[in-house]
Amino acid sequence: MKRRSFVKGTLSASVAGLAVGAGLIPASLLAEDKKAEEAAAASKDAEATKDAEAKPAGHATSFDSTIVDSAEKSDKIKLKAPDVAENGAVVPVTVDASGLEGVTKIQIIATNNPDAIAGTFNLAEGTVAFASTRIKMGKTGPVIALVTVGDKSFKAQKDVKVTIGGCGG
Amino acid sequence: MKVRAKEKDGVVSIKVLMNHVMESGRRKDKKSGELIPAHFIKTVTITANGKDVLTADWTGSISKNPYLACKYKGAKGDKVKVSWVDNKDKTAEKDVVVK
Repeated sequence: MKRRSFVKGTLSASVAGLAVGAGLIPASLLAEDKKAEEAAAASKDAEATKDAEAKPAGHATSFDSTIVDSAEKSDKIKLKAPDVAENGAVVPVTVDASGLEGVTKIQIIATNNPDAIAGTFNLAEGTVAFASTRIKMGKTGPVIALVTVGDKSFKAQKDVKVTIGGCGG
Repeated sequence: MKVRAKEKDGVVSIKVLMNHVMESGRRKDKKSGELIPAHFIKTVTITANGKDVLTADWTGSISKNPYLACKYKGAKGDKVKVSWVDNKDKTAEKDVVVK
């Protein structure tokens, strides 16, 4: 009887000890995790600000969307591009703005590309406002045809879904 | 470079196929992991009988072996000249007579 109670006692003690241990270890781990998380968040913030600082200098070719935003939408521009491009390296794009008079410039823009303005076509007098070419697209996004008439611009837009990228990677 | 020019109802359509790698300078070599230097056509100029028809300013966002089509008001027998310059100052040109 004595022995039994002794065994029982030690057992319960050890069980209790284990429980405490089990309770303690995660607690300390949690504390450390939290610290690590905070540190990670802090360094992330630092990186983010670094990125923001580095951007203006490094992105000389980055796309200035104001030209497109200020342009007027026109249904006289016919922009032909596929709904789904199976190969982003070859996306045929045709712009037909012959409904507009006095077109001097046609630009084909894929806004998600690093070189957003894929091509600028300067038209001479007597040239029909028509241009057709094939562009690369890194990822799904809109293709914009920007047509300049004198000092005014008009645009047409079409979303192209790209299943395989064409801009490296 | 292949150039075709055909007249119909007073409008000449020009179709051009160029041979060029059109590297944007952002692609990496799969084996060495190094960036492949940019090499693309910068400017394409098309003239008819010495008169400008179209000048196109391109970037590396144009597909390799580029295709270009345009139209102008012209006639059979016009002499169409297509030429391009790339970012390494290489050039090519071709003359065709409108059919």
